[in-house]
Amino acid sequence: MTEVLSLLGDGMLLSLQPLNLMMIMIGVTVGLFIGAMPGLGSVNGVAILLPVTFLVPPGSAIIFLAAIYYGAMYGGAVSSVTLGIPGASTAVATTFDGRPLALKGRASLALVTAALASFIGGTVANILFTLFAPLLASVALSFGPPEVFALMLLAFATFVGLGGDDIPKTIFSICFGLTLGAVGFDQISGAPRLVLFEYNGFLQGIGFLVLAIGVYGIGEMLWTIDQTRGDITSTTPKMTVKGMATDAKEATKRGWKGTAIGSFLGFFVGILPAAGATPGSLMSYGVAKMVSRNPEEFGKGSVDGVAAPEAANNSASTGSMLPMLTLGIPGSPTTAILLGGMVIWGLVPGPRLFVDEQEFVWGLIGSFYISNAAALLINLAFIPVFIWMLRMPFTILAPMIFVLSIVGGYAATRDMFDIWLIVGFGIGAFFLRKFDYPLAPAVLAIVLGPIAEPTLRQSLLLSSGDPAIFFTRPVAGPITIIAIILILLPGLKLIRRKMGAHSKKPAQ
Amino acid sequence: MRVGELITAGFLALLSIYLMWKSAELPIGYISGTGPGGGAWPFWLSAIMLVCCGFTAFNWWQGTTPASQSEDPVLDSHGWRSLIFVGGGIIVFVALISIISMYGAIAIFLFYYMWFLGRHGLALSLSMALITPIALFFFFEGAMRITMPSGLPFTDPVFNILYEIIY
Repeated sequence: MTEVLSLLGDGMLLSLQPLNLMMIMIGVTVGLFIGAMPGLGSVNGVAILLPVTFLVPPGSAIIFLAAIYYGAMYGGAVSSVTLGIPGASTAVATTFDGRPLALKGRASLALVTAALASFIGGTVANILFTLFAPLLASVALSFGPPEVFALMLLAFATFVGLGGDDIPKTIFSICFGLTLGAVGFDQISGAPRLVLFEYNGFLQGIGFLVLAIGVYGIGEMLWTIDQTRGDITSTTPKMTVKGMATDAKEATKRGWKGTAIGSFLGFFVGILPAAGATPGSLMSYGVAKMVSRNPEEFGKGSVDGVAAPEAANNSASTGSMLPMLTLGIPGSPTTAILLGGMVIWGLVPGPRLFVDEQEFVWGLIGSFYISNAAALLINLAFIPVFIWMLRMPFTILAPMIFVLSIVGGYAATRDMFDIWLIVGFGIGAFFLRKFDYPLAPAVLAIVLGPIAEPTLRQSLLLSSGDPAIFFTRPVAGPITIIAIILILLPGLKLIRRKMGAHSKKPAQ
Repeated sequence: MRVGELITAGFLALLSIYLMWKSAELPIGYISGTGPGGGAWPFWLSAIMLVCCGFTAFNWWQGTTPASQSEDPVLDSHGWRSLIFVGGGIIVFVALISIISMYGAIAIFLFYYMWFLGRHGLALSLSMALITPIALFFFFEGAMRITMPSGLPFTDPVFNILYEIIY
């Protein structure tokens, strides 16, 4: 323990050196803005700015990229709250309650909650990372395809069991998202698959961002214009230091449970290779709703509903660094790019890194703490700028969102075909929403589909086609059973209600 | 809304059948030694989608969904007008990208929306329509190094001037 603390102290001192501190400040600020922009997330920022880092030593370079990652996790909440569009997939769940809070004129509370929950989630994850890295890494390493698939199943089951929406429509939405994720090529045989209407544009698949921007950018705006008749009166929340202090108190009081759930669950899911911050934040949202005394508030502006996913996505981003650094397995797309950068810098990620490059590793770990604190301060300082966006007349804000959706969509995919898909999904989402089809499950499914399918196929291959593999393994078994219970929960509730009604009839 | 829900469920059922048919171009069963076929995953998901559409139709028939109990139109005249002017504006915006460049299309769309739909003043509409694409150009092309579509060759002189500034 003493040795760990000593190494951490050295690492923090290293990250406080002028060059590294400057890298942290710039990285966090850039990350915040990239995260806040719909269509651009940490993965875009890290990928695009990776070549820039060759100008500085590897230690400073990875500190810079990790700071972007941190900043983007904070920034993702900003567009979720102020625009109703998740800046990245990791902030999808933040939209569910962050946007309703903003529409109620509590945008400031939502943003302060998100910032505080992110900070606490990041801090908890940093402490867990520092103290329990080897143990947690070994647990995550023992997860095979059945465990990962079971986890995916659980993520979907939370929507069915706890979503509160029309069940057939929710399941339709999940399956639709998963099917869209299967468009392109079969990952195992390499054969073209679901090339719809024989249009070659579908060969490259349908990216998560295309559906997400279509649904949350175009569709959301069309819906808002239809519902409000275009007369949105922008909220003017109190944004004084005193007001933010009041919001911070309220966020602490009403969001502590969600923060605690997100901080721990996010880290655990984050360390799983191929899982990461998106399922972590969605699962944390589901669990926070499940344990809440007021689950009916979720989706309507619950503070816990903002805190849980925000704590989770920050916690998961740190967690996803763990398998990358200790095992050389990226826990998320962003860490995959970081890993690529480390290889370019001549470093070999894996257990030997902790022995051979101690200064590098602990400098990076130390920078997590500094970046987390810097992100909180810079984020809070910029909140008035973000709130200003809400004060704009809707006839200025709406076209700006349409423009950002189209430009952000193109920046991420560089393909005009995808832009047409965004428009198509947006108009489709508008009509589906009219008939109460929940769309968030489809967005989650298209993200997780490319992970869920191969793990299912590998699992069935391992068991020669016997699905019992998901029930007989010590970790996968309980997760699968919980998922099935959650899926059956609405049906069981319905049967119970009907039985209750029948038992009342004879009494009458 | 009542008829609309059934039509939507019917349309989605047809889509599910189409996806099942397309998925079946690859094997959909279990292949010994290689696992489930390449079409199995989307085929069975589409089959579940079809079943869900059936349940939605059943719920509609039972009158248990809010839409099935509503006699309101899906869109009233204002709704249709908004959809046509806003949705149509977006479609024209995207179509213009290949002709007058991303930035040119942004300028036209912003001016159309703010001046025609938003009824803002000419000065505000014009300034937003000009400043926004220029700011986006410097962010994407200058800072992020992401090249946006530049349209047909007649836009080249404008882009040459802008590229001179950032490179």
